[in-house]
Amino acid sequence: MNTILKLALVGGATALVAATAAYSSASAAMSPVERGRYLVSTSGCHDCHTPWHLGPNGPEPDMTRALSGHPSSFELAPLPPQNAGWPVSAAPTNTAWCGPWGVSFTANLTPDQATGLGSWTAEEFMAAIRTGRHQGRGRKILPPMPAPVYAQMNDADLQAIFAYLRTIPAIGNKVPEPLAPR
Amino acid sequence: MWLGLHAVACAPTGPIDPPPTLAATGLYADAASRSLAAGVMPFEPQYPLWTDGARKRRWIALPQGTAIDASDADAWQFPAGTRLWKEFTFAGGVETRFMQRRADGTWLYATYVRKNGEPDDVLAPAAGMPGFVATLNGKRHDVPSHADCRLCHESGRTAVLGFSALQLSSDRDPQAPHGAPATAGSLDLESLVARGLLLHLPEQLLAVPPRVNARTATERAALGYLHGNCGNCHNASGPLQRLGLRLDHPLLAATPPAIETTFGVPSAFQHRSARARIDAGSSATSLLWLRVAADDAITQMPPFGRHLVDEKARDLLARWIDEQRPGDTTASSLPHQPTKKKKGS
Repeated sequence: MNTILKLALVGGATALVAATAAYSSASAAMSPVERGRYLVSTSGCHDCHTPWHLGPNGPEPDMTRALSGHPSSFELAPLPPQNAGWPVSAAPTNTAWCGPWGVSFTANLTPDQATGLGSWTAEEFMAAIRTGRHQGRGRKILPPMPAPVYAQMNDADLQAIFAYLRTIPAIGNKVPEPLAPR
Repeated sequence: MWLGLHAVACAPTGPIDPPPTLAATGLYADAASRSLAAGVMPFEPQYPLWTDGARKRRWIALPQGTAIDASDADAWQFPAGTRLWKEFTFAGGVETRFMQRRADGTWLYATYVRKNGEPDDVLAPAAGMPGFVATLNGKRHDVPSHADCRLCHESGRTAVLGFSALQLSSDRDPQAPHGAPATAGSLDLESLVARGLLLHLPEQLLAVPPRVNARTATERAALGYLHGNCGNCHNASGPLQRLGLRLDHPLLAATPPAIETTFGVPSAFQHRSARARIDAGSSATSLLWLRVAADDAITQMPPFGRHLVDEKARDLLARWIDEQRPGDTTASSLPHQPTKKKKGS
């Protein structure tokens, strides 16, 4: 190995260590709520749990209803015909999905007591994500929720997400039950 | 195999990891003939869990010199090293679930499977085996994951289900769906106490064998069914307690909570034609009945462990709900527990 290559490798490794240390330091400096906010913002939660509307720049999440799930007031169009070639459809809000599993509606993640996660504990939230089951014990959480991906998060990250979700504005919105397959 | 038996025998408080075969759990004296090992005792709960029509057999073994503490009538405490087996026989194969109490109080869960024509019952993956064997109507039976084992067994005050004062009472319910008469040699309260395997059982439960507190025979069977099939999750101590839905049947409760928490109580589950958990007098508009009668993955209850509808239970629960006075939201005039010992019932 020539000297230049060795120097480059050493330099690269040093940079990587420095970056990792900086990341770890930054991560450690975050409070659980800040860490949760970061994870929610970077893990696609708003993509489905915040209703989308047509804004001045095209479709975008309606942050006045952030993470409140499928709007109960939204009138669904008649379900599309089943199509084996294109089996999945989504409502314009991106909060209702139709597929071979039936129709799923994204959950209200705000701390509203009656309709959101207000009465949940961190343990229940973690159980739901870890087991992929509604309330940690019921039916399977339906597509497109990537529960198997989030189930790989460590306890601290899941607790941080829950801690952050407790801080966002509570929005009363009773999300419908999913519909069984036709 | 011998090594497995040896390990179990030498470690009465249980292995850390599941033994590799069913034989290694110590169930058999002779695996080839499937003759039971000494100390392995059969039992028959009077309100069995329904699992897609599987025929079931159950056994328990306690470490020598130990006993179950029955001080709490509804939550017996089992000594470290307790082992239980439950065999599910389907047309295409056999699944045997095994649990063993470790020294630290936790439970080990394992499932062993043997399809027809295979020689040995081997350890199923911890993730379970979806679609293990065919059942009926194009449906298949799933072998549960270890996580699913915990969901059912660790959602109440005791991890052992189907082995309790009510389930082993000699006052057996003749209308219990899928209930089998106790067979010769099966354990019941009296035999457990007589053999010194059950200590501190409240005197009244020996004087009067426990039974479901109900107004009619149909109600007795319905409440017993709910206790055996739903109460392990829907109780006052597990993670779902915040739902306020209790389908367990504590022996000393004045009024069955399965009535108090259902009759006229709005359900959180939204449905196009039903609002109440139980709409007295109308099973067709009672969410509890609709969910027991459903077989889609979204609506059905229990949410896993079955794919087929338990038709006997569906019909029993319909009779019970339909015989109620319409609009009844109370559980008045319930009888108290009987005070005279019943003989030969």
